[in-house]
Order: sequence, then structure tokens, then C-alpha cells
Amino acid sequence: MLFLIIKRILLGLITLFIVSLITFVGTEILPGDACTTYLERQAFGEQLEACYRRLGLNIPAYERYVSWAVNAIQGDFGYSLSGEMPIKEVLGPRIKNSLVLASVAIFIGIPIALILGIVTALWRDKLPDVAISTVTIFAMTIPEFISATLLILIIAIWLEWLPGIVIVPTDVSFFELLPNIILPVIAIAMIMTAHMARMVRSSVIQVMASEYVQMAILKGVPYWKMVFKHVLPNALLPAINVVALTIAWLLGGVVVTEVVFNYPGLGRLVIESISNRDLPTVQALAIILASIYVSINLLADLMTLMLNPRLKTLQIRK
Amino acid sequence: MTVIIQKVKNLSIGFKSKKGEEILILKNITTNIKKGETVGIVGESGSGKSTLALAMMGYVKHGLYTIGGECEFNSSNLLNMKSKDLEKIRGRKIAMIPQNAGQALTPNLKIGYQIDEALQLHSDLNEKEREKKISELLNKVRLPSPETIALRYPHELSGGQQQRVAVAMALAGTPDLLLLDEPTTGLDVTTQAHVLELLNFIAKDTGTSMVYVSHDLGAIAQVSDRIIVMYSGEIVLEGPSRDILKKPIHPYTHGLLKSIPKLSLAGLPESMPGSQPQPGTIQGGCSFFDRCNFSEEKCKNNSPELEFLKEFNTSVRCFNYEKLLKEGEINQNVNKIKNNSQDKEILNLSDISISYAKQKLLDQIFNRITDDNPTVKDININIKKGETIALVGESGSGKSTILKSIAGLLRTKDGLIRFEESRNLSSDLKERNPNDLRIIQLIFQNPDESLNPNHTVEEIIAQPLKLYFGLKGEELKKNIIDLLQKVRLGEFYISRYPRQLSGGEKQRVAVARAFAAKPDIILCDEVTSALDVSVQAAVLNLLQQLKEDFGTTYIFVSHDLAVVRAISDRVAVLYQGRLCEVGPSNDVYKFPSHPYTEVLLGAVLEPDPDIKPKLVAEDIVEEKPPEKGCSFQGRCSRIVGDICKKEIPPWQLTDSGNAIRCHIPIKELQKEQFK
Repeated sequence: MLFLIIKRILLGLITLFIVSLITFVGTEILPGDACTTYLERQAFGEQLEACYRRLGLNIPAYERYVSWAVNAIQGDFGYSLSGEMPIKEVLGPRIKNSLVLASVAIFIGIPIALILGIVTALWRDKLPDVAISTVTIFAMTIPEFISATLLILIIAIWLEWLPGIVIVPTDVSFFELLPNIILPVIAIAMIMTAHMARMVRSSVIQVMASEYVQMAILKGVPYWKMVFKHVLPNALLPAINVVALTIAWLLGGVVVTEVVFNYPGLGRLVIESISNRDLPTVQALAIILASIYVSINLLADLMTLMLNPRLKTLQIRK
Repeated sequence: MTVIIQKVKNLSIGFKSKKGEEILILKNITTNIKKGETVGIVGESGSGKSTLALAMMGYVKHGLYTIGGECEFNSSNLLNMKSKDLEKIRGRKIAMIPQNAGQALTPNLKIGYQIDEALQLHSDLNEKEREKKISELLNKVRLPSPETIALRYPHELSGGQQQRVAVAMALAGTPDLLLLDEPTTGLDVTTQAHVLELLNFIAKDTGTSMVYVSHDLGAIAQVSDRIIVMYSGEIVLEGPSRDILKKPIHPYTHGLLKSIPKLSLAGLPESMPGSQPQPGTIQGGCSFFDRCNFSEEKCKNNSPELEFLKEFNTSVRCFNYEKLLKEGEINQNVNKIKNNSQDKEILNLSDISISYAKQKLLDQIFNRITDDNPTVKDININIKKGETIALVGESGSGKSTILKSIAGLLRTKDGLIRFEESRNLSSDLKERNPNDLRIIQLIFQNPDESLNPNHTVEEIIAQPLKLYFGLKGEELKKNIIDLLQKVRLGEFYISRYPRQLSGGEKQRVAVARAFAAKPDIILCDEVTSALDVSVQAAVLNLLQQLKEDFGTTYIFVSHDLAVVRAISDRVAVLYQGRLCEVGPSNDVYKFPSHPYTEVLLGAVLEPDPDIKPKLVAEDIVEEKPPEKGCSFQGRCSRIVGDICKKEIPPWQLTDSGNAIRCHIPIKELQKEQFK
């Protein structure tokens, strides 16, 4: 078991190394570099040379990679180009904001998704299923930029209940932020919950059709006891990985929603730094997002391993 | 006075087809289960036997519904009972032992908990007493060290152990009626015989009534007092077990019993034509009309009623049962198979070892396999042109593994596969040239999986013809139709998809595909196991006919020793990937033989209540072959001493040319076994 965990962690680190290499090489072979972007029309002669010296672009690429990697491991990603401030300081509040948005969406979305999924599965083809399934499929198919825009139109503009866009400083405190994130959370949670509810539904239906559930019924196990003891533990195991992917997506990838609501999270930072050609920040973001994906998936795998007796003993035997 | 436990009255269950028609799975079933008796319900897949058993618990599968009739238990109808009341009957009064315990035990719950759950629901015992009871129950089903078993998860037990747990779970509620749905079908022969013996013991010990559902007449014969034969949703014959098995008076049962290969008879039994009709396809008339040897004009349009014959205590659904009454005891004819083997060697396996061990990194780099105790070891077999050699053994004996290596699907660790005395075949598929691939073809167990569902029969058979012979257009089509006729399928099958064919027809297409390559050797991997009993003999007869026509060599793998007896010229018995005995079938099936062969043959269940299985060895499942000595030492009842644990036994030859690998001299084996 321990061996397996170590092996998985090592594999994760190798993945991160490859990601860092790809982003570094990628930014290297793109035409132009940080200095030409920064200096624009003045990018020639003495000024360009000075800029290269200042950013260390005059030394060979592999040396730059090594020193960048060594610093990155220590949490130092260098300086951003546009603001000329340490990337660490740019990232900090953004990560916090994204975390707030994601965790609120998760805490609301996952329980709702589980309940909806289980209800639709247990009342399969009956009214609750038909009603909820219609809504979830509808929610799944509407792209978030449309649902987000509609939310702004109805709740912020027509009803004037909540602010339509988030206009707060990046480093605002949690409680000041809270009222601002209600609309973005709804927009994100709609798609996420719908997806997960569908997943849970099919998983529960599959387990309900299994021979061991039929056996439990024939053993005289009361319905709800059967659901909680025989069905759900087996049906929700495969859901762990899907939840993990969703969390990772929430933390790093809700770009569209963040842009629509002007929310100061990681997703918008990605867009901003790409359009500013702020390559050091892009590199840092790539590494951070990759780490989030890798570590959350690792966690999910380990959890599945812990909860599934079948996998647990198999690994021990080997 | 006999007490009736359950009354099934005019029960019909069915479903609505897409067109809205009502299609019946069970048609007007009426029968009674008496206290203390064991009733066998026998039928092929789709005959409605499982649906009937489930209905006896008041359970109707998703998609089906009760059309009429009732299942009466304690004078209340289970089929319209509220689920609250059913919960008090299920597990307590009527309990089920499922077909596949591996699937029917909840994977995330420990064995102990699953039995405890039944006890909690159906007894008033407190926690301490329940704990004791769990041990008692596990003891009763003869599981070793109950305390540790209770703490295990289902997947940590072997198939036989899982089935025993299911029995223990069913007994927890001390039910009056036990329903057994093919409880031994997935098990090895030896395990199956042991589980049946246990069930018989329990029936006697507790006086519980049992309903034993199975397609296997052999198993039914061993347990039941009374037999109900089902055919397309109807009871066609019902009566005392011995009469049904010895003097069946319904043409279906008659034909079926004649078509089942027996251990005592070498040669192929007569086959029954056709296959059971799909539900909803019968347009009136007797459902067995198409396949019946005794049918008359009136059978076509009038369906016979179930008629009770008082003097025989038997019910039969046939107009012409009198003809069969006159025939009396069943007389099985077999066609002796012609031994086509020539002196020429076609395939030689020498010192084959195969390992499933995971390769270490270093070994992967050097592309070598290191394993001191491989799954299959020291296989030496010399196969003659035109013969049928069978590999037999329980699951895990390596028989399919050897087939895969011959086919090139699995790399060998050591040894050579030599074709026609001169050519070595690589065990790696990629290193074989197209002709090497053509000469060896495979027929798989399950045609549902081995035929591509998106291809028509034409495309399926065309592939080898195009690949190996480059046939095109008219010529290709002519060849396909030719092959279809060889496997007794009409030309019109050409445009059908596998899902439009019955099980037997699918397997015929698979046979045609194998023969399309004009192979020298065909590997048959459990080719009849997935087929219904009544279709099995027809496929065996077809294989034999084709072999005689083409001079093909068969390597035949099967767990069914009676089938092997019927079709093979020579048998190789394997245990834990090591050969125990090789010899002509007639000699292997006669004693004296290797102690393992004795165990295997003793455990075979014959559809004859007078032939009881002999249980010689313990049924233990060994996970790995022993590192030293005889492969069978762990289960052998004739161990002669330390030598069995230390030295690999030598090959001994009997007078008839049978090779046995055992430390006991042949003469002594003979003495022991004829005792």
C-alpha cells in the first residue's frame, strides 16, 4: 500500500516535470519574447540588450530552465512583466478567490448532485425522475456564458437583487466577497451539478440492477436499509473520481464564468496574462494548475483505494 | 397427509413488446410444492424456469409483470402482497440461493455482516448469540475456520466458498422453502459435486422443501424427488424423478436425454434438431412441434393440455405420449466416432512452460521471462494428424492457457511448438507469417463475444477468405454459401446479423469462420459450454462430421468430461498447469488412472439417479502449483510419503499406452481403485 502511494506520488511529480518542460519549451519557441513584447516598438539596440540582461534572457535556455525550476520549487516564480511585481504576490489572492468560488460551489453543488442523482435513480422512469432529468439535461446543455449572461440580465438588471459583476479589489476579505459570488456560483454549480447528478444516476441504476441487490431484496432487507447498505457504497465509489475532476476544473478552469462576472480568480488571470504576453506568469499558472489536477486526482485514487475492499486486498497481496 | 407449502395457480408472467403485444414468459403454470420434498425445475435458457422460481418469492423482474394467476404461500398470494409483508417472508419463510454467489454477495460488506444481516432481520437473537450462530452456520456449510471467513470480503473467497456462504445466508432464517437458482452452474466439477452433497445433507437434516432450478439434468438427478420440465414457458412434463429420467414420456425430455453425452458411453449421441423458439413467436399449436419426432397434423394447430396420468403420478403435455409409454426405458444410441488419426505428427509441444508472473523491469529490457514456478510447466504432447485430443482439468489447470500459446496469443517461457515435424512456430503472434496463422484457427466459447455484432454473417465468414486466399466477388460469395451449407445453415443466413441468430446458429457461424481458413488444426475452447443442452449434441456432431470430411485436427478444451468422452480420441489431464495423465480416451476413462483423474471422473454428475458421484478428494482451491514434487500433492488421497512432496513423479506406461505421472506403481493404483 505504502509502496503504491509512493509510486503514485512519483508518477505525479514526473507529470509535473513534463508539464513544466512543455510550457517552458512552448514559450521558448513562440516568436518574440518577453522583451520584444514589453518594449514594443522600442525593441531594438541598447534598450533590448538591457532588457535581456535585466530578465536574464541572454543566458542559454537550459540554464534558465534549471534556475527557474529550482526557484519554482521554493515557490518563487520570478517577476511578472506587466506589473513588475513578484508573481507570488499576484497569484496569492487569485488562488484564494478561486478557492472561495470553488469551495462554495462544491459545498452547494455536490450534495445537491448526490441527492438528485439518487432520487432520479430510485424513482427511475417515474415523475420525480422525468422532471429532474429534464431539468438536468437542460442545465447541462446550456453553455455557461449564456446562463451567466441570463442570470445577470434577470437577477441583476431586471430584479436588481444582486450585483451583476464583481467590482472588488483582488485582495478583498472573504465576507465582503460572499454576496458578490452568488451569481457566479449559481452559473457554475448548474452545469457541474447537472453533470454529476447524471453520473450518479446511471451509477446507482447500474448497481440497482446488480445481482447482489436482487439478492438483498430476496433476503428480506427493507428497502431503505438496502439502499444505504448495499447500493450507495458501491454506486458512489466511481463517483469519487468524477468529483475530483470537477473540483480540479472548478479551481483552474472556470475561465468563461470568471470573465463574464469579472471575477478576480485564477481563470481570469490566465486570460489576462496570455493576452499581455506575460510569459513568466503563464508558466507559473500552467505549473500550478497542473499540480492542482495531479494532486486532486491522486487524492481521489487513494480514496477509492481505501474505500474499495476489492482494490485494497488486491494491492496488499501483490 | 402431505402438507402443501406453496401453490402456484394458473400463473402467467410476461412483458409488453415494443409493438404493444403481450408476450408470455410463463404460460398458465400450476403446480404444488410439498413439505420436505425437493423439486427440480429443468429447462433451457428462456424456458421461464428462473422467472417461475423468483415468482415463488413474490419477485417479478424489472420489465416483467404478472398477467394472471397467483403464488400462494400460507394462503396468501405473494404476487400482490405489500413489500412490508414480503420482507417478513423473504429470507425467513422462503430463501433463495443464487446462481452466481460471486455476483450475489455485496462486494463492500464482509461475509459475517451479510449473514448477520439475515439473522438480525429474521431472528430474535442478541448480538452474542448471533455471533455464535454465524460460526455455527459457516460450520454447517463446511467452511474452514469460520471466525476468519466471517471477516473476509466476498472477493477473497473462491467460487465454491462463496456458494457455501450463500447457502449459510439462506439457512440463517431457517426457511421452510429454499429456492436454488442454478446454484452449482459456475463451479468446477469437483466443487459442484461437493456443494450438491451438502445441499442433500441440509435437505435431510432440516426437512426444508427445496426447489432446484437448473439446466443440468445431471445435477437435478442427484437432488430431486420430483422433476418439472419446462419448455418455452410451459410445463411439459412433471413427475417422480426416476420416471422422468428413465422413462420420459414427453418427446422433448426424451430427445434431450438421448442427446446428452454420458461418461459410460463413448461416441456421439443423437442430436435434436432446431432450438427452442423465442418468446412470442409461437403462433398456436404445440410449442415443440417444429422439433418433434412424434408430431402429427393436429399438433400444428392445437396445443395439447397438461394431462395428469394417475397411474404414473405424472403430468404430460403431449397428444402422443402413449407412443413413448410403449418405448419404456430410454435407450441411448451413440455413433462411435471414427478415429482418423494418422501416424504423421502435426503438432509437437515440447517442454512448454508459460508464466503469468509480472515481468521485472530488467527482464522487460532483456525481453526474457524468469519465473521458477510458472503457471504451466513441462508440457510435452505429440499430436497426430487427424486426431481429436482433449485437454481437461478444473479452472486454473492451464488448459486454456496452453491453447492460447498454441494460437500465438500468449508467449511461452520455454519450450518449442513444432508444426509437421519440421517447422517451429513462434509463440509470438507477430513473428508468425500469414500461412502459420492460417493453419491454426480458434473457435471460442461464447459466440456472442467472438462474432462482431456489427458484421453480417457474410462479412464474418468473408474475412478469412479475403485475408488468406484473396477471394473476391462471385467466387467469394460462392465460397461463403458453400461454408454455410457445410455447417447446415441455409443461404438466406448470409445477410443476417449475429443478434438475429440463436446460440447454436451463432456457434455454427463461428465454426464456418474457422473452417474458411482451411486450417490444419482447430483449437476448440469450451465450444459447447455456452450452448443449450439440446443444441450441444448437434454442434458436436457437426464438428465430428467436418473433421472427417476435411481431415482436420482438433485440440479440444472442455470442463465437461462427458462431452470430452464423446468426441475425443485422446485425453490429456492437467492439474495446476502440469500434465497428470495422457492417453487414449477409452483408457483414461477406465480405471486405473491417475488419482486426479479418479477425482475428476468421480465427481461427474450423470442424469441418472442411480449413478451417484464419488467424492474422493477434499475440494480445496489451490492458488499456486507447489514448488516441488507432484502437482497434485495438496489434494491427493493416495499420498505415499515424502517422495510426493519432494520429487516430480515419473511417467509410467500402462499396457494400453496410457501415460500416468504418479509415484504409485500402476499395479498398486489398480488394486486401490478397484477396491
